[in-house]
Amino acid sequence: MTSGLAVHGLSKNFGGLQVARNLTLSLPNGARTALIGPNGAGKTTFANLLTGVLKPTSGTILLNGKSVGKMSESERVRAGIAKTFQITNLFRDLTVRENIRLPILERERRTNKVFCHSDGIPELECEIFQLLEDLALTPLADKPVRGLAYGQQRLVELALTLALKPKVLILDEPAAGVPSTESHLIVQAIKRLPADLSVLIIEHDMQLVFEVANRIIVLVNGAILLDGTPQEVISNREVRELYLGADHG
Amino acid sequence: MTNATDQVSIRRKMGRLAPVLPALIVSVAAAIAFILFPYDLAFLTRIVIMMIFVLSFDLILGYAGIATLGHAAMYGCGAYAAGLVSLHLASDPLIGLLAGAVAGALIAWISGCVLLRAQGVALLMISIAVTMVLQETASQARWLTGGADGLAGITVSPLLGMFEFDFVGQVAFVYSVCILIAVLIFCCILASSPFGLALRGIEGSASRMRAIGTPVYRRKVTVYVIAGAIAGIAGALAAQVTGLVGIEVFNFSLSADVMVMLIVGGAGRLYGALVGTLVFMVVHHIAAGIDPFNWLFVIGFMLLIIVFALPKGLISLPDRLVALLRRKP
Repeated sequence: MTSGLAVHGLSKNFGGLQVARNLTLSLPNGARTALIGPNGAGKTTFANLLTGVLKPTSGTILLNGKSVGKMSESERVRAGIAKTFQITNLFRDLTVRENIRLPILERERRTNKVFCHSDGIPELECEIFQLLEDLALTPLADKPVRGLAYGQQRLVELALTLALKPKVLILDEPAAGVPSTESHLIVQAIKRLPADLSVLIIEHDMQLVFEVANRIIVLVNGAILLDGTPQEVISNREVRELYLGADHG
Repeated sequence: MTNATDQVSIRRKMGRLAPVLPALIVSVAAAIAFILFPYDLAFLTRIVIMMIFVLSFDLILGYAGIATLGHAAMYGCGAYAAGLVSLHLASDPLIGLLAGAVAGALIAWISGCVLLRAQGVALLMISIAVTMVLQETASQARWLTGGADGLAGITVSPLLGMFEFDFVGQVAFVYSVCILIAVLIFCCILASSPFGLALRGIEGSASRMRAIGTPVYRRKVTVYVIAGAIAGIAGALAAQVTGLVGIEVFNFSLSADVMVMLIVGGAGRLYGALVGTLVFMVVHHIAAGIDPFNWLFVIGFMLLIIVFALPKGLISLPDRLVALLRRKP
């Protein structure tokens, strides 16, 4: 049985338009893989195929050897595939603490419970406390999310996803829209992720990619152009011309 | 970590007390109204019943963000069920209430399974259509519902075998207030529960809820059925108190009024449902008494002012005033 996520021959067509072409890759436990490519390359589509937002036209997706391809989005989350959104998608009227409480309650299958208080479970509250500490969000815990700076909201987004204790984490442009003064918070948070967690980072910020990823997949027009180490990607002429710019490196 | 545990302990103690406060407020307010307006108990009872109905709507619109214009479907089914049970099976008022709750929940489940797959305008249209179909069915099934004449002659036996429903309406009022308090306590418990938090999450971002693994559709159907049961109880109460059920219980205007009452009071805070119903019905009563033909103008004007000045309803007025005072040096 293969541990981690394995994708084989994944394709997606919208009518005559093919947005994912025979994608095959694996994300073993503990992987730190970046998915890069120019705008329109199909990176977010690929993430949506993995998380179940989109149904693939063909291909298989295995998580720890079990097929998850026919599962709904919420079933895949329960199976262990979680993602952060490219554009922050949080519960803006809830506090940071409540935002983190929700996925924990969901993970513990408690959101169908009516006759208990949502914040009355000490072990879960301790877990929230720990997550807030880990991501330096404790001072903001009881503030509504709508009032936070964008960089802080990205951290809450990450906390929300980590609260699910996923096996595979897909970070869709985690630093998008974050001011350069705050992007180090994101980098630090990614570096502190659990070592056995498989992470797929979709990102345009190459500095961030080289800082956190030990493997890079280059996607162009829905197909994998190159799958290799950061050094291999930098030294590849085609990649430099297509994406990084001819002068890079 | 100890700090976190302490905070949880304090919150848990506060949480246990939370449902007691609204029950206390409603009890005191009802007692004052009972003493001050002894000859208006029929009108006060109508207000209390509408409060229950609007509370049920607050669960679906205010908490789960499901906007419908067909909430009268559950109210009407509850009213007919209580009326029919009273006429043909058992005259005990509590059995009638149970029948109303079951009927409301059942129609909510059947219709909810279909309409909650839709969103926005489509959802609004389907919810209106469900109510229209039920109204037409009630109109055609004369053998069961009395058709356009409605179900008349509904009588209920003494409450708990002791309290006869009197002509002035004292028992009916106290009975309705007790049911309101029970419903309010239940809604408070639900709102502060994990299920209530999940509903607020769905209202905030259904896509994010799916992304954390929540079966959003199932949660929506569940709250719709719960709200349907409460609306059914309101309908059953109305049938028992007035002794009559007409096909007007399915009127579109009833669903629209419920939405207006909730918007006036403020959605998603339970108290807003109570305040909005009280203000709407009192203004309606007074305005209709002064000018029976143009009272809608007053209601419309009130709604305009509230929507523009207090988008979160009258319940947000204290917060707004405090914010204004803080802003001044």
